[in-house]
Amino acid sequence: MADNTSDIKLNADSFKPVAANNVDEQEKISAPSLTFFQDAIRRLRKNKAAVFSFWLLAIIIFISIVSIWWTPSDPNAQHVAYANLPPKIANGNIPGFTGKANVGGNIVDKYAAAKVPKGTYYVLGTDYLGRDLFSRLMKGVALSLLIGLLATLFDLVIGVPYGIISGWKGGKTDTIMQRIIEIISSIPNLVVVILMLLLFTPGLGSIVVAMGITGWITMARLVRAETLTLKTQEYILAAQTLGESPFRIALKHLIPNLSSTIIIQTMFSIPTAIFFEAFLSFIGIGIPAPNASLGTLLSDGQKTFRFLPYQMWYPAAVISIIMIAFNLLADGLRDAFDPKTQE
Amino acid sequence: MRKYIFKRIMYMILTLFIIATATFFLMKLMPGSPYANQAKMTAEQRAIMDAQYGLNKPVYQQYFIYLIGIVQGNFGTSFQFNNQPVSFLISSRIGPSMQIGAQAIVLGTVLGILLGALAAIRKNTWVDTLATFFAILGRSIPNFVFAVLLQFYLAFKLKIFPIALWDEGFRSSILPTIALSMAPLATTARFMRTEMVDVLNSDYIELARAKGNTPWQTVAKHALRNSLIPVITIIGPMAVDLMVGSMVVENIFSIPGIGDQFVKSITTNDYPTIMGLTLLYSFMLVVVILIVDILYGFIDPRIRLSGNEGSN
Repeated sequence: MADNTSDIKLNADSFKPVAANNVDEQEKISAPSLTFFQDAIRRLRKNKAAVFSFWLLAIIIFISIVSIWWTPSDPNAQHVAYANLPPKIANGNIPGFTGKANVGGNIVDKYAAAKVPKGTYYVLGTDYLGRDLFSRLMKGVALSLLIGLLATLFDLVIGVPYGIISGWKGGKTDTIMQRIIEIISSIPNLVVVILMLLLFTPGLGSIVVAMGITGWITMARLVRAETLTLKTQEYILAAQTLGESPFRIALKHLIPNLSSTIIIQTMFSIPTAIFFEAFLSFIGIGIPAPNASLGTLLSDGQKTFRFLPYQMWYPAAVISIIMIAFNLLADGLRDAFDPKTQE
Repeated sequence: MRKYIFKRIMYMILTLFIIATATFFLMKLMPGSPYANQAKMTAEQRAIMDAQYGLNKPVYQQYFIYLIGIVQGNFGTSFQFNNQPVSFLISSRIGPSMQIGAQAIVLGTVLGILLGALAAIRKNTWVDTLATFFAILGRSIPNFVFAVLLQFYLAFKLKIFPIALWDEGFRSSILPTIALSMAPLATTARFMRTEMVDVLNSDYIELARAKGNTPWQTVAKHALRNSLIPVITIIGPMAVDLMVGSMVVENIFSIPGIGDQFVKSITTNDYPTIMGLTLLYSFMLVVVILIVDILYGFIDPRIRLSGNEGSN
């Protein structure tokens, strides 16, 4: 600030008296007025890491959506003759994508050995059943993102109303609801998820439900705490005095004011859900074969990691990038919505 | 204070009772039977087996027998793993898990505190950026990916550490410890940085500086101590991370611990062991949370202990 003022050139014109009656002009707000959200987005844009993560995730999500209709080849089609081919692009001129592998000290062109026709190549290689890993990775990312999204729906559908009711009602209701949360949260999340998965047949639905059952706790806690403070605000009192029903107060006044908390928590929930799916598939109770998810790809890749590291490298890199991007974006959103935390 | 602790312990017992009940009835609902070759068994064989495991009694009787057993430290007999008692399976395997867990929590928190403090002291410099970057990596990269990478590069390629198993004493525990410590490290560093930045802006730090303390003295004597207090609260969530992490990490490094046992029991439908381990995990978690809450009350008298606000 100090630097700006010293640069201003002062001359006689600067000291002319202002007109007596231009109150309107003095009171005019020169900058466009920003809503809370516009202001938050403005702050978010300044955070380079968050913006980069946002676009990265946008691209990944776009590719995932594309994978619903199109993948380079059928992700579940098996060509056992073409099993465990290393990554290759076009003619194999790019280092790391040559289609050659080190077998007992000799560099062997695996594609020639497997008699793959010229012009056919697998960008990220194939797995032990000869399935195209690039297509599987595309499908896997899509499935993992879908799980992340569906699991956070539980956050919104159970966690938010639970928190609002608990905070709004207070008294006995609150005590009982909080006791329930305390009991659920004292069982390790994972144990509940595993017990649920043992009970249901494994699959997308049961994983999502199992994670949903435990995942909403944090959201409910945050929403309750926020509701407790919002409850004492004057505008809520005004709405009550005007005879608004509690349901409409929640919808019109509480949820808009809770939205930043809800958005931030959702952004943190997605990577958690993706991690959990990967974890469950890794220990063998997640997405059943032949479907690909990041977890199953990692799990398959880990078995042969010492000899065919590319089968694990790419899913590992992709899951790490997705997790980092979500975390950076969530951090950025939190700082943008609540500038106090940044200081 | 004593009343509060008593109340909390009562709640703890109630919680564990509910968990025990829930797991018991969930297990009864499970599809499939524990017998591997059920199809080949005659009705008589089946009846003998049922009687041996106490499965022929009505469910409510099984439930009471189970509850009484828990109080006596008897979790039943494993359906797999040579019919060993579950309590024996657990007690013989808890050592390695505890060792790795303890080492990981010490390594993770100490490094995390240093990293976080350094980031806060050198706020908005490259040190801060680097520390934040590491914290985000630690939080984002799944620990099993990290464990496999460590195993591949440090053990398989460079041959510095044993690849797996638990037969070289401390050396065997190094890689699993590092893999497990990433999550606590990241959490602590992040938390520590926020707290330390707060503390460094406070008046008493200003006073300490004004008295002529060197920056090092100020940090060591005043800032560090006061920022450490809230770090205690994240021990609870960290314990959960460690339990989850131990399952995959022990599995990857073939360590005979309870996490590895849990994964194996799940894949073999070994219900008594799953129930026993579930209870054990819940018990450890509830105890850790209780200890943290009580510790917090002792260390920082500003915090008024109220029964309703169970921090977790």
